[in-house]
Amino acid sequence: MGESPHRSAHAGTGGTRVATSHEWPAGASARVAERSGIPGIPDNGLGGGGGLPRARAFGAERAFRGLTLAAGTTVLVVIAAIAIFLIAKAVPALRDNTESFWTFEGWFPNDDPPKFGIGALAFGTVLTALLALLMAVPVALGIALYLSHYAPRRLGNALGFLIDLLAAVPSVVFGLWGRDYFAQPVADLSAWLHRYFGWIPIFGDGPYGNSILLGSVVLAIMVLPIVTSLSREVFRQTPTANEEAALALGATRWEMVRTAVLPYGRPGVIAAVMLGLGRALGETIALALTLGSTYAISFNVLQSGGNSIAANIANRFAEANDTGRGALIASGLVLFAITLIVNITARAIIYRRREFTESAA
Amino acid sequence: MAKRIEATDVTAYYGGFKAIENINLTVEPKTVTALIGPSGCGKSTFLRSVNRMHEVLPGARVEGSLTIDNQDIYDRDVDVTAVRRMIGMVFQRPNPFPTMSIFENVVAGLRLNGVRRKSILEEAAEKALRSANLWDEVKDRLGKPGAGLSGGQQQRLCIARTIAVEPQVVLMDEPCSALDPISTLAIEDLMFQLKDKFTIIIVTHNMQQAARVSDRTAFFSIEKTGDPGRLIEYDNTQKIFSNPSQKKTEDYITGRFG
Repeated sequence: MGESPHRSAHAGTGGTRVATSHEWPAGASARVAERSGIPGIPDNGLGGGGGLPRARAFGAERAFRGLTLAAGTTVLVVIAAIAIFLIAKAVPALRDNTESFWTFEGWFPNDDPPKFGIGALAFGTVLTALLALLMAVPVALGIALYLSHYAPRRLGNALGFLIDLLAAVPSVVFGLWGRDYFAQPVADLSAWLHRYFGWIPIFGDGPYGNSILLGSVVLAIMVLPIVTSLSREVFRQTPTANEEAALALGATRWEMVRTAVLPYGRPGVIAAVMLGLGRALGETIALALTLGSTYAISFNVLQSGGNSIAANIANRFAEANDTGRGALIASGLVLFAITLIVNITARAIIYRRREFTESAA
Repeated sequence: MAKRIEATDVTAYYGGFKAIENINLTVEPKTVTALIGPSGCGKSTFLRSVNRMHEVLPGARVEGSLTIDNQDIYDRDVDVTAVRRMIGMVFQRPNPFPTMSIFENVVAGLRLNGVRRKSILEEAAEKALRSANLWDEVKDRLGKPGAGLSGGQQQRLCIARTIAVEPQVVLMDEPCSALDPISTLAIEDLMFQLKDKFTIIIVTHNMQQAARVSDRTAFFSIEKTGDPGRLIEYDNTQKIFSNPSQKKTEDYITGRFG
């Protein structure tokens, strides 16, 4: 509310550069003005006198279009190159694998014969990422709403800055902190959870230590700043007119947030969550340090254990032989596929509501 | 359904800036009152103080007393959301909720009041849309986005949304300034019908509009930029536009200034 000057400053930055690159009309009008003898006032407009000027064969407009096209193409090329590289390296290792790649729980690609399976790793990757989001997203949305709609503006800006700073902390720092300082409190929490909520299957028995829970909590702290920061921007974009419409109908502040702010921000929040999920799925070092590096599929999130694709790559790459590297790359390919599926799903969710989001002026 | 509004010495501020000073006027039930005057004279500020929307802006506050049927709406014990439910508002630019369908837009206020029954909502939506002269145009596409309508239809949708909660008073802040003449006419017709049930206060820059739709007209003005807006004259519309008692009013309505 009352932040409209701020917003318009944002909105203005995109357009100006394009506008200034159209130089010829200004030049043309100046020349016409000189001829007519009245400075600054063209007597017969831009098109008068000598007919229409020819379109430029090469101008800033075309250069810009070429540049954006090149940038867009680069993304496709890079993705294709990564996919081809991964597939080419992975196929020989997969052929040598003597166990089922999908169901075998274990990772012995350096042995003869090689045995390795992605199941437990993929499971751990998805489980840690989902748990992390489950913990981080509600908190992040709460912070974002507070910063954009409840906090006094100066406090909101200061806190927002701090949150952004959190995003700049290297993940190895989070990992070391999680392993050395946070493991004990989480182990205590695990014991408590098991004692009182042990009837829920995911809160199984110990030993407690580097568990899925520890990994997900650390991961949650890491994705929190991204989701918060993006959601906050989205919430701030809510048109003041819509917020006032809700208030004028007799909405309380929370009702106003529910009627105007949250629905308007939905696509942006989904995008923010997906970015957070992307980070969670791909996070390597922090999970390599905080997960137990076992190869079993278990829903017991408290027990020491758990692993993820990226963490496994980091842990096992140094010791890997040719087949071992191929196997790790194959696991990378699966991670690639998981990320792809997640993103397509997100797009589909946003696309389903396009009628309402596109008409949002 | 309609109530009398009495403003006594209403003064409103934006932070340190005094926007209007000592406004005194009484609005009778079931009438249309037009607020006219040059830009920046505080018409909209006064309008927004009537349903306590003024204080939504940071640093904005109102002094003096505003009563609706002798109840002070600025009393500390009064629930501000109840005031806004009783005194609805239509804004300058049509502002339907972009993520909601036409139907959801109309019943948004009812939903805020906790109405959940589908049959009640449907009935109320049809009634409000009929009152807003929009029903025939949208009855086959109630599930479509409200923002997909034309500007005039959107504004009537916003009026429907406002009257769906059955307020006592409807405030309109230049409701036609973003609309073409035909949509404007539709909304003016609507005002004639609505005043059977509601007390209407409308801010307008269009003096013909004020003359056409209102029973009473209040003329606001400022001495110079930076001064607070004051109420110069408040009388029957006919008198204001034919034989105003103040020289300033006459200058303004004859187009000599403003």
